[in-house]
Amino acid sequence: MSTATPERTGGVVGARVRRHEDDRLLKGLGRFADDVNRLGQVHARIVRSTLAHGEILRIDTAEARALPGVLAVITGADLGDIPPIPIRLPRGDEPDGCLQRILPDEVRYVGEPVAAVVAADPYLAEDAAELVTVEYRELPVVLDAADGPASARMQAGFGEVDAAFSAAAHVVELDLDVGRHAAVPMEPRGLVAEYDAANGRLQVWGATKVPVFNRNVLARMLGMPAEQVRLHAMDAGGGFGARGEFYPEDLLIPWLARRLRRPVKWTEDRAENLVALNHSRQQRHRIAAAFDADARLLALRDGITHDNGAYLRTHGLLVPELTIGMLPGPYRVPAYQASVEVVLTNKTPCGTYRAPGRYEGTFAREHLLDVAADRIGIDRAEIRRRNLLRPEEIPHVRPLRALGTDMVLDAGDYPALLETALARTSGWRDEVARLRNSGRKAGYGFAVFLEKSGLGPHETADVIVEPSGRIRVHSGGTSLGQGIETVLAQIAADRLGVDHEDVQVVNGDTDLQPFGLGSWASRSTVLAGNAVDLAATAVLARARSLAARMLGAPEDLLEHAAGAFAFGDRSVALGEIAAACAPGSPYLEPGTEPGLAARRVFEVDHMTYPYGVHVALVDIDPGTGHVTVPRYLVAYEIGKAINPTLVEGQLVGGVAQGLGGALYENFHYDDQGQPQAATFMDYLMPTAAEVPGLVDTIVAEDAPSPDNPLGTKGAGEGGITAAGAALANAVRDALGLGEAVGRLPLSPQWICTELG
Amino acid sequence: MKDQHLINVTVNGAEHEVLVESRRTLADVLRHDLGYTGTHLGCEHGICGACTILVDGTPARACLMFGVQADGAEVRTVEGLADGDRLSDLQEAFSRRHGLQCGFCTPGFLMLAEAYLAENPAADKEEIRDVVSSNLCRCTGYQGIVEAITDVAAARREAS
Repeated sequence: MSTATPERTGGVVGARVRRHEDDRLLKGLGRFADDVNRLGQVHARIVRSTLAHGEILRIDTAEARALPGVLAVITGADLGDIPPIPIRLPRGDEPDGCLQRILPDEVRYVGEPVAAVVAADPYLAEDAAELVTVEYRELPVVLDAADGPASARMQAGFGEVDAAFSAAAHVVELDLDVGRHAAVPMEPRGLVAEYDAANGRLQVWGATKVPVFNRNVLARMLGMPAEQVRLHAMDAGGGFGARGEFYPEDLLIPWLARRLRRPVKWTEDRAENLVALNHSRQQRHRIAAAFDADARLLALRDGITHDNGAYLRTHGLLVPELTIGMLPGPYRVPAYQASVEVVLTNKTPCGTYRAPGRYEGTFAREHLLDVAADRIGIDRAEIRRRNLLRPEEIPHVRPLRALGTDMVLDAGDYPALLETALARTSGWRDEVARLRNSGRKAGYGFAVFLEKSGLGPHETADVIVEPSGRIRVHSGGTSLGQGIETVLAQIAADRLGVDHEDVQVVNGDTDLQPFGLGSWASRSTVLAGNAVDLAATAVLARARSLAARMLGAPEDLLEHAAGAFAFGDRSVALGEIAAACAPGSPYLEPGTEPGLAARRVFEVDHMTYPYGVHVALVDIDPGTGHVTVPRYLVAYEIGKAINPTLVEGQLVGGVAQGLGGALYENFHYDDQGQPQAATFMDYLMPTAAEVPGLVDTIVAEDAPSPDNPLGTKGAGEGGITAAGAALANAVRDALGLGEAVGRLPLSPQWICTELG
Repeated sequence: MKDQHLINVTVNGAEHEVLVESRRTLADVLRHDLGYTGTHLGCEHGICGACTILVDGTPARACLMFGVQADGAEVRTVEGLADGDRLSDLQEAFSRRHGLQCGFCTPGFLMLAEAYLAENPAADKEEIRDVVSSNLCRCTGYQGIVEAITDVAAARREAS
């Protein structure tokens, strides 16, 4: 990997350029999964378990098969010996028997696929699915993780924890629950699969997130060579961790298409989505901290129960691993011990949701710090000042691992950002006082957090200059709504000195970019962005050499400006240089490849660690327990913002989601394991009426990451990470609680109880 | 036997004659029979509002109407907002204010705002926030959406 970075030329990096995605999306010309139609396609409907735990004794498909227009009804018996869905990020110590199988004999949650129906029309497919009858032998259900045996246990830590607790002047211990909520992107899943029997190729549209990984899994499960399977990433109506992972349907729909020799389309409905797509978050923490007489942390300890739902899905043990890996956050923690018990329950399986593990752990730690400050009798900001790592302690090597990488907190000044955020919101404390004087229950709360981003190990990008002068970029990233097309275009344009609108980014096509790792974990701008930068740099070097031949001038005397190389008053534009790279051109050096293009890989050993502060002002209606959030601030250090508008958008959007988990969203179940939040009437996502009246943002760029040439850190998750913590702290402040809030979400019923 | 009806519906000024099953939703008629895929389905039970279209000038959830109910109606969808390649003022404002990210809910918000501003040109920010709370967005936190519509209300007031 070369990190030699010539000066950028375009000034497009850092600019608030208009998003490339916007025009098509605003005109209704985006291409989402259900927008794809193939000639002769037929429609699938999944039959799902109505029982939380049971053995399937018999599935009667006769009536469904007899319905005119029905092409196939399949059950597990038809699939034969297909292995369970593998883990995408395996640790290697995952327990046996925890992976999700396709159409199994024993169901473990309501919503688990048990059969699939294909019909000429989606309405017919749904009719037929309702005619499939399944006979179960009911089995006992586990719905509280405290009642089940642990399927996996993990530990992390360092230092002399017991000794620190024995020697402590103050020990604070809290029990905290985090509710079960999830990504719930607005677009339900959808897939179209088409098998071409003439050449044995299978194409799938709609699996947007990690298409290359999903292609490889699908090919293995179908017994096909990977290159015979092509996945097309498309516009996706949000991802937030959940959408685009490999689910049972990702095997079923292509399997059916190959079997039937017809394109098969499946579009999930919302009732399915709420029980089928990954849930997340549900954890119970018993967290404790030991402090000396000056409120300095001596040790941190946490015992966590993680409710993983029915199976380990593609994220394996990643969420609980990240919880214990990231729990110490931005603080100087001399001794640390965390253990987590991962319990399988008869609920929808868990995967990641934006800031996985950190939303939960940040809530636990930051709520503990508030309670501790009150008990010790010092200011809530002061307890953090005393314990935040100082800039001279950075880089900080923490003897922990996260996602298989050593943890090196790479760059930053945590206390300075805290002071900036507190200063920006100092007026809010006066506002709280005014509200309280007028009889309102108002509160001010904040939380400091550490994020992680830019997980490697690598990402690949192509930069191709066309004779038209337009640039194409093929990246392994995927567009989940975050604006990655725009960001990658800006990076390429900046390096090449061209207009960013002349750069077309094609993401996630497994044929065009077979080495891509996808968009997740706030990695795309860091990994794909730097890969594009490297490829563009290589293109520029080759262009310079060609330009020198074309202009008959020495390479080092050429000026590169505005997408052209000039020598004296003569110049050649990149498009002309690309044309001169065509076979037959007198300028194409013998023995060299035609075309002006480069493919480059960017590799990293470590993640990069952005950090930030959330501050919330809340105003609680004493009658209804409704929490209004008139003001909210996110301060986030990102190293380098490629497009500040998009970073701000990520932060503001993240706050709304974090507020949902803090106050409203909860997947609850009855005592038989029947999901009670199976429509948007029951699963309460924030609307424009619930979000803060104003979310202020501070995008700091003071601490560029030393680990990538762009110096950038990921922006996808910082808007949500500390939202649960800041809101819990603000609500506790408003209610004047001495104790911890105990749980998220902070329901109106609970608030009314606390209000008496 | 399928219970089918021949209906006439005008979409963005174009007249269509289409044979629809009585149970087929207007959303499916628009998306799959007529090809106006800009109208999106996020929940199919009238909560999310991604499928909001205008039926005879009034916002409606396309998922809660049957195609046959649109017989003789004038429908406007997101595809009809731009003037050729030129975006409408609302569409421009959504881009300028970063009022969209994934863009899936965007058609519903645009159509809702289009109808609301037509009836309430003097709308203020709080009224707009109240109105758009009928639709769900998971990406933007609504701030850019509310600001975009507020901008357009102000600009249209100024221009009138």
